[in-house]
Amino acid sequence: MTDESNAPPATAPEAPQATNESTSPEPTVSNDTVGKTFLVAFLLCLVCSVFVSLAAVGLGPAKDANKELDLQRNLLLAAGLIEKDASDDKVRQEFDKIEPNVIVFSTGEYDRGIDASTYDQKKAARDPAQSTAVDGLKDVAQVRRRANKGLVYLAKENDTLTSVILPIHGYGLWSTLYGFVALEASDLNTIEGLGYYQHAETPGLGGEVDHESWKAQWKGARGKKKVFDADGNVAIEVIKGIVADNTPGSEHQIDGLAGATITSRGVTNTFQYWLGPDGYGPYLSKLKDQLKAANE
Amino acid sequence: MAKLKPKDVLLNPLFNDNPIALQILGICSALAVTSKLDTTVTMCVAVIFVLGLSNAAVSVIRNYVPNNIRIICQMTIIAALVIIVDQILQAYAYGLSKQLSVFVGLIITNCIVMGRAEGFAMKNGPWLSFLDGIGNALGYSVILLAVGVVRELFGSGSLFGYTLMQKTTDGGWYVPNGLLLLPPSAFFLIGLFIWALRTWKTDQIEEEG
Repeated sequence: MTDESNAPPATAPEAPQATNESTSPEPTVSNDTVGKTFLVAFLLCLVCSVFVSLAAVGLGPAKDANKELDLQRNLLLAAGLIEKDASDDKVRQEFDKIEPNVIVFSTGEYDRGIDASTYDQKKAARDPAQSTAVDGLKDVAQVRRRANKGLVYLAKENDTLTSVILPIHGYGLWSTLYGFVALEASDLNTIEGLGYYQHAETPGLGGEVDHESWKAQWKGARGKKKVFDADGNVAIEVIKGIVADNTPGSEHQIDGLAGATITSRGVTNTFQYWLGPDGYGPYLSKLKDQLKAANE
Repeated sequence: MAKLKPKDVLLNPLFNDNPIALQILGICSALAVTSKLDTTVTMCVAVIFVLGLSNAAVSVIRNYVPNNIRIICQMTIIAALVIIVDQILQAYAYGLSKQLSVFVGLIITNCIVMGRAEGFAMKNGPWLSFLDGIGNALGYSVILLAVGVVRELFGSGSLFGYTLMQKTTDGGWYVPNGLLLLPPSAFFLIGLFIWALRTWKTDQIEEEG
């Protein structure tokens, strides 16, 4: 271990050790003046920022396309319409069959005047004209501002509604988790699946919301889960610890994420808000009436 | 000090002066990304890219950097390169970049990158530094790939996601070793690797006491 690479760090570039290349000139003035320090720091930051910006801007379209595709993939996965390793083309093809709609949260009615395929609910939530501040007490999921109109995705098979997919989001420990929940159209209560496509929770702890075995519970791997209790209140909850299967109430319970109490609670709160009266609740009850009327 | 030969600079870090096995640097990411080979390979390529270019860039400006801000200058260069790698991954390998999550970003704090910038690139020319960076990244990759192969093959019964040994859970005969999918197993494997390396190259054994 005598080669130069293991020598202790150089003290200063002014006293270079025997370098075998002398392409760079020996500095004649000290580098350690205040002016030089600022100059070097400034120039270095400038050059680095140019490179980083070029990469960010140049790759922007490709990244956006990937994000869009990932969102669609998660939506379809939540509804169980594709396999986990479906190809990109398959995702696009299946997503084209999904019918997006815009609804008005307060009334629960469809708003046919808006092109749902281009409506950006996240953007609308930031625009004061198109959104409402959520009352602090009701804002369990820390949504802060909710767009007045929301997206719903309807999956149909031979013109029969099979599932309703709702975009939901709520705050966990570090970040807002964005995802989709799919409900069976037969009762608008049974959960078909949940999938998050964007979050920044701790990998290995809260980040386990992406874990297949945890998501499998939402898909009903250990018994179908239901959102609402008999009185129509949102009852689904990520509990602490492991759910005792096949016990009363277990259809409203999901295993907690070990070491991620706050993320788990965030998921519960997200459901409380978005499927409650301030979120998609009115829409769901109206849709339920419509479906019932259609069946009779 | 002996004149450094480019070939030695490039190849010595593979086994004679391996950054993980001898210098024990960069262990954190070696534990995190080696449970599957596709993430391992991505990580290796990312580190090779960052380490080669950061060493070259640090070397180019080494005579102009004021001594008191040299570390932060190195960090700026490294961070910029890592962000670029991250952006490229997000654009062209979105699934992998999601799986690697924070660990691409954590290349910034990978001790190998800083260690080579400070220990080699600040004292040597750009070409040698570039080779040193590539060499050390290859040394890092050798260990990561070895660990990754063992972990995926015996932990999941597959390589690069292709099943080689059918797991009992899927109706096959192989009972996978679940421990190998957990990060601590990489510690054991790296330990075994260091043991093997030092048995082969006895001059790496440290004196006791």
